[in-house]
Amino acid sequence: MLGTPALTVPTAVVDATAAGGAASYAWLMVALPLLGAAVLLLTGRRSDRWGHWLGVLASGGAFVVGLLVVLQMVGLDPADRVMGLHLFTWLPVGELTVDAGMRLDPLSMSFVMLVTFVGTLIHVYSVAYMEHDVDRRRFFAYLNLFVAAMLILVLADSYVLLFVGWEGVGLASYLLIGFWNYRTDYAVAAKKAFVMNRVGDVGLLLAMMAMFAAFGAVDFDAVFAGAAGASQGLLTAIGLLLLLAACGKSAQFPLQAWLGDAMAGPTPVSALIHAATMVTAGVYLVVRSAPVFDGAPTAQLVVVIVGAITLVFGAVVGMAKDDIKKVLAASTMSQIGYMMLAAGLGPVGYAFAILHLITHGFFKAGMFLGAGSVMHAMDDQVDMRRFGGLGRHMKVTWLTFGAGWLAIIGFPGLSGFWSKDLIIEAAFVGEGWRPWVFGTVALLAAGLTAFYMSRLFFMTFHGKERWAPTSEGKKQHPHEAPALMTVPMVILAIGSVGLGFALTAGDTFVTWLEPAIGHAEHHEPVLPIPAIMGATIALMALGVFLAWRQYAASTVPVEAPRGSVLTRAARRDLYQDAVNEGVFMRPGQYLTRGLVYADSAVVDGAVMGLARGTSGTGGWIRRLQTGYIRSYAAIMLVGVVVALAVVLASRG
Amino acid sequence: MSLVNYLVLSGILFSIGAVAVLLRRNSIIALMGVELMLNAANLMLITFARWHGNLHGEVFAFFVMLVAAAEVVIGLAIVVSIFRTRRSASIDDVNLLKN
Repeated sequence: MLGTPALTVPTAVVDATAAGGAASYAWLMVALPLLGAAVLLLTGRRSDRWGHWLGVLASGGAFVVGLLVVLQMVGLDPADRVMGLHLFTWLPVGELTVDAGMRLDPLSMSFVMLVTFVGTLIHVYSVAYMEHDVDRRRFFAYLNLFVAAMLILVLADSYVLLFVGWEGVGLASYLLIGFWNYRTDYAVAAKKAFVMNRVGDVGLLLAMMAMFAAFGAVDFDAVFAGAAGASQGLLTAIGLLLLLAACGKSAQFPLQAWLGDAMAGPTPVSALIHAATMVTAGVYLVVRSAPVFDGAPTAQLVVVIVGAITLVFGAVVGMAKDDIKKVLAASTMSQIGYMMLAAGLGPVGYAFAILHLITHGFFKAGMFLGAGSVMHAMDDQVDMRRFGGLGRHMKVTWLTFGAGWLAIIGFPGLSGFWSKDLIIEAAFVGEGWRPWVFGTVALLAAGLTAFYMSRLFFMTFHGKERWAPTSEGKKQHPHEAPALMTVPMVILAIGSVGLGFALTAGDTFVTWLEPAIGHAEHHEPVLPIPAIMGATIALMALGVFLAWRQYAASTVPVEAPRGSVLTRAARRDLYQDAVNEGVFMRPGQYLTRGLVYADSAVVDGAVMGLARGTSGTGGWIRRLQTGYIRSYAAIMLVGVVVALAVVLASRG
Repeated sequence: MSLVNYLVLSGILFSIGAVAVLLRRNSIIALMGVELMLNAANLMLITFARWHGNLHGEVFAFFVMLVAAAEVVIGLAIVVSIFRTRRSASIDDVNLLKN
C-alpha cells in the first residue's frame, strides 16, 4: 500500500500531474476501511463490543482524507486538478506492466465524497439498526470491505485495478445480501446477484482483453490516448462490452433481474450498495470511458436505448409492487436508467449523469433509511398495504422521507428537480428522430416516477391505518427510531433538499467536472426549455394527483386487487425471471443434463464396457483353474503330447 | 533280442505311470506313478545309449535318479505334512488356492 508519488506518463488526452500534499496520502482512503474490515474479521467475537464504532471510524477517516484531498484540489488551477498517484508496480508480465495507481480528479473525488459521506452516515445508522443482531460486527466488517472496494473502483487509474474494486464490491454485495443467509431465499437472492454480475464481468474482462490487444495497455491514459486513433469498429466493440459490464453492475436491462431480490439484505445495505453507490458504478464506468464512447456513436446509441428501456421498465415495476423496499429498488433501477440515458448522450450528458447520480445517492439513500425506520417501527413488515397513517406516529421519518420523495419526483427547487430536469433537457438535444423519442421517454418517465413514489409515500404515511399484527400476534405500536438512526436521515434529507441547487447554481458542478470529462458545448434542445420544464412539472403534478386520489383520498384495499394484465405482469417484474429462466436457465440445464448423459453413456460406457469385457473374459478363463492337481497334470500331458506332435509333424 | 522291445516296455511303463498319476486320488500312489514315469524315461535313455554306442544316455539316467530321489524325499515330506494338518492324503482335497 505504501508508495511514493511519482509522475505518470502525460498523454495527449489528459495530463495527470503528480499528486502532492494531502493527495499523496490518498491511499489512506482505501487503507483505512480495508484495515477496519481486516481487524473486525480477524479479531472475531473479541471486538463485538466496540467493533461497530471501529467501522464507523474507518469509514469516517476515509471521508476526512477525501475531504482534505478535495479541499486541496479546489485550491489548484483547474488544469492541474487531474492528479496521478503511483503506488507500486503490480503486474510486470512481459510486455504488459500494470502499475497500481490512483487517479485523483474531480470525477473520482465526487464519487469518493458520495461514497464516504453517505457511507459513514449509513454506518452510524446501522449501529442502531443492527443493534439486536448478534452478527453486527461481521456486518460492519463487510460494510468497511465494501467502502474500501468501492474506493478502489473509483480511484483506480487502470481498468485492471478498477476490475479489482469492481469484483470487491460484487463480493461485498453478495456477502451483505446474504447476510441473513439462514433464510434460504435470502441466500438464493445473494447467489442470483452474484451470478448475474458475473455475466457483466465477462464483458469487462473481454473489453480489457480487446484494449490490450489493440493498445497494448489497460491503464486509462494509454487507452484514452489509443482511442483517439482507433477504428470506430474497435471502439464500438469495446464500448458495447463495457456497457455489458455496466448493465450487470447497475442492474440495467437486460441484466436487471437481480436488484429486486437484492432487497433481501439488511436495509442499510440496500441504501448504501443497492441505491447510492455500487449500482451506480456502471454509470461511472461509462462516463470514465468517455473517450472510448465518444468515438463509437453506435455504442452510445445502445447506451441511451438501454437507459431508456430500464427507465420505463423500473417505473412500471415500481407502480405495481406492494413491498416498500422493492418499490424503492425498482425506482433505483429507473433512476439509473436516467443516468445511463444521460451518459449515452455524450459530452452533453456526462456531467448531468454524475450530477443526478450524486443527488440520487442522497435522496434514495435517505428514503431507504426511512424505509428501514418504518420497518423498525412495524416489526420488519414491508407490505405497504398494511401500513398507512404512519406519518402521525413518526414525524421525523415522515419529514425526511417527504424530503426524499419531493426530491425524486422533481418538485421545483429540490435536488431531483435540478438534476433530472437537466437530463430531460439534454435528452431533447440532437437531430433527427432521437431527441423526440428519448426526450419524450424521459419526460413521460418523470410522470411515472411521480406516480409510483407518491403511491409509496401516501400508502405508507397517509390514509387509514391498515396495520397487520406483529409476528407474535400483538397490536402494532409504531414509534420513532432512536437518534442514531434519525440523525443520518435528517442529514440526507437536508442534502435531498439543498444539494441540487447548491451544485447547479452557476454551473458549479459542471465546471468542477470539466478537467476530468472535458468541456461540453451548449446545445439548444429541439423544444424551448420553458416548455420542457413546464411539461415536466405538469406531468409530475398529474402523477402526484392520481396517486393522491387513489391511495390517500380513497381507501386502499388490504388485499391487492387482481388488476389489469399490465399490473399483474409488473407485479412479477414484467416476467423478467420467467424470461431469464426460459431463455437461459432451462436450455443451460438441458445442455448440462445432455452433457452429463453423454459423459455417462458414451465416455463412461466405453471405459466401463472395456473393463467389464476384460473381467468377463477373466472370469471365463478362471474356470480352467479347477484346483484339482490331476486336471493340471492331464493338461500338461496333453500339452506335451500336442507339442511333440507339432514338432514331429513339422519335421515332416 | 531287439532293442525295440525295451522301447515298447518303456512306453508301457510310462503310460501306466501317467494313468496312475491322472486317475488315482491317493497322493502316495500318484507319487509312485511319477516314479514309474521317471524310470520309464531312464529305461529309454539307457536303450538309446546302447543304440548309439556311447555313454551319454547313461549319464542322463544317473542324473534323473538323483533328481528322482530328491523329488521323492520332498514329495513325501509334503504329503506327510498335508496329512498331518488335513487328515487326508487325497490330492483332490489340496485346493486351498482356488478362489
